[in-house]
Amino acid sequence: MIRLEKRKQTSRFWTYVTPILAVVLTMIFGGVLFAILGKDPVLAIKTIFWDPVFGEFAFYYRPEVLKKAAPLILIAIGLSYGFKAGIWNIGAEGQYIIGAICAAGVALAFYPMEGRWFIFPLMIVAGVLGGMIWAMVPALLRVYFKTNEILVSLMLVYVADVLIKAFSIGLMRNPDGHGFPGSRNLNDYSSAANLELIAGTGLHWGVIAAMGVVVASYAILARHQFGFHVRLTGESPRAAGFAGVNANRLIMVCFLISGGLAGVAGMFEVSGPAAQILGSFPSAYGFTAIIVAFLGRLNPIGILLAGLLLALTYVGGGAAETAMNIPSATIQIFQGMLLFVLLSVDVLTNYRLRWAAKAGGV
Amino acid sequence: MDINPILLAAAIMVASTPILLAAIGELVVERAGVLNLGVEGMMITGAVVGFIAAHESESATLGFMGAALGGAAVSVIFGLLTQFLLTNQVATGLALTLFGVGLSALVGQGYDTTTQVTLSKMPIPVLSDIPVLGTVLFRHDTIVYLSLILVAAVFVFLTKTRAGMILRAVGENHEAAHALGYKVRRVRMMAIMFGGACAGLGGAYISLVRVPQWVDNITAGTGWIALAIVVFASWKPWRLLLGAYLFGGVTALQINIQAEGLDIPVEYLSMSPYIATILVLVVLSGGRAPGSLGKIFHASS
Repeated sequence: MIRLEKRKQTSRFWTYVTPILAVVLTMIFGGVLFAILGKDPVLAIKTIFWDPVFGEFAFYYRPEVLKKAAPLILIAIGLSYGFKAGIWNIGAEGQYIIGAICAAGVALAFYPMEGRWFIFPLMIVAGVLGGMIWAMVPALLRVYFKTNEILVSLMLVYVADVLIKAFSIGLMRNPDGHGFPGSRNLNDYSSAANLELIAGTGLHWGVIAAMGVVVASYAILARHQFGFHVRLTGESPRAAGFAGVNANRLIMVCFLISGGLAGVAGMFEVSGPAAQILGSFPSAYGFTAIIVAFLGRLNPIGILLAGLLLALTYVGGGAAETAMNIPSATIQIFQGMLLFVLLSVDVLTNYRLRWAAKAGGV
Repeated sequence: MDINPILLAAAIMVASTPILLAAIGELVVERAGVLNLGVEGMMITGAVVGFIAAHESESATLGFMGAALGGAAVSVIFGLLTQFLLTNQVATGLALTLFGVGLSALVGQGYDTTTQVTLSKMPIPVLSDIPVLGTVLFRHDTIVYLSLILVAAVFVFLTKTRAGMILRAVGENHEAAHALGYKVRRVRMMAIMFGGACAGLGGAYISLVRVPQWVDNITAGTGWIALAIVVFASWKPWRLLLGAYLFGGVTALQINIQAEGLDIPVEYLSMSPYIATILVLVVLSGGRAPGSLGKIFHASS
């Protein structure tokens, strides 16, 4: 019988190997799933993971991967601080939606005035603030009323979801839209549009922001006292207390960071790829980003890679849907399985496997 | 405004049943010291499995049995991961929800129709003829009664039986329970499967009775509300009833108000159950959680 023996220190080797192992195992499980659905598993995996990057139509898919990776990376980096410290903001999806609503609100308020130099930055500010305000609700309730932040942040996702659906047919509906739901198309409004900076690359301001946040986050976690406090709180809240970490302040700051980044991700999305406030806007990036954060080991560079991979599953999944008639829900299962497998293989990082006699007890 | 208070009270009973079922299951799981955040995923799995089973077999009973099995089956994934591979319970529960939502969407394809299967009302003789109370309490379907019986059974189990005491011991202090020779993992696995089965039943009640049809994301956060109710109830079965009926009340009332076409925007009404959940969590969360809740158990000999 196999017995687990706790390692004194987490294994560095397995820390880096387990995410890759998890991806490979998930591909195998995914292949089995495709086979059950009656699709050629090898072709399906190739269509999802290989063709968008190296295939014949890569010129079309590669920019899409970048556009989808940007919000995932932005949100996941924000979440990684709280997750490291044991603070669970599960409602990034809601903060992302509210960020988008606030940013679109600014743009629509100024429409059709020209002045990109101040409207676009103002939208970014609005997106960040919107996300932060939405994240402050669970943070303040946790600090002052000891309310469970997981549940509150999650409830607010549903509230945000109702709000964006209401706004797309009410307050923000395009007055020239012949009664169809949805706001004005922000891509057509030059002062607010977040278009590709170099055509055909997928590079928009959100991608640049995501890369900047990765670098900044790396510096903060490795070099700044705040990064140390976050890690310390996660490993031993008591020790952190002795080291002078103010637990309540840490909760607030972690929520502000994750809310702000989720909000700004919403801003870049609504002014770019999504182009408008619409009921179908929520694309579950806020939830997928949780997988990205874990797959990336809560490490900025890891999150960068994980974000690109999960973006690939979206893009490749879409391609597989058109080419092989694989239902889009399969990709959701795939993402859920990835998190399952990743958490499972993590046992190798924290424990040693030992063969032991069945009686086992020492 | 002519909302009939008696019919409203009866509607509240129906609206609260899915929450109550999922919550009573999760309560047992949490009393065993395990935090399973995957209730939403187990519920929606139950909702789709129950719908398909009932639709294909044309039997509501088989539908609910299938739903309980489906919920329990996905909960086993959670159990194996958290108990044997020692994964983080918060993250694993989230994964279960993401997985369940995706799985249900895939399995439910082609079933987005209404079903002819109905669960007949089962008025309790004599009692159902009592004025007012009869209509409110005793003219429901079997699952409503089952949910109430389950609450009572869990109460008796936890407080009066030896097995219930062992389960609570495991939840309060798994190290001590292990030292006394109780099988921590076995107890927890059984609790997790019971929680999964209950969540599955709750999900099927939504897809087979409340709505009744299959659409993607049909549970719309009910599983999360059930989790909140367990906290609200301070892990006590009877207080669960209060919580569930409070939320059922908000849900049923807002639907009634929407139907009456009162001058309150629909969106504010639809978000009211979620806001109410937050408010109640803030005002009433003074209970003490089981000592080992959410902690990883590893018997290091």
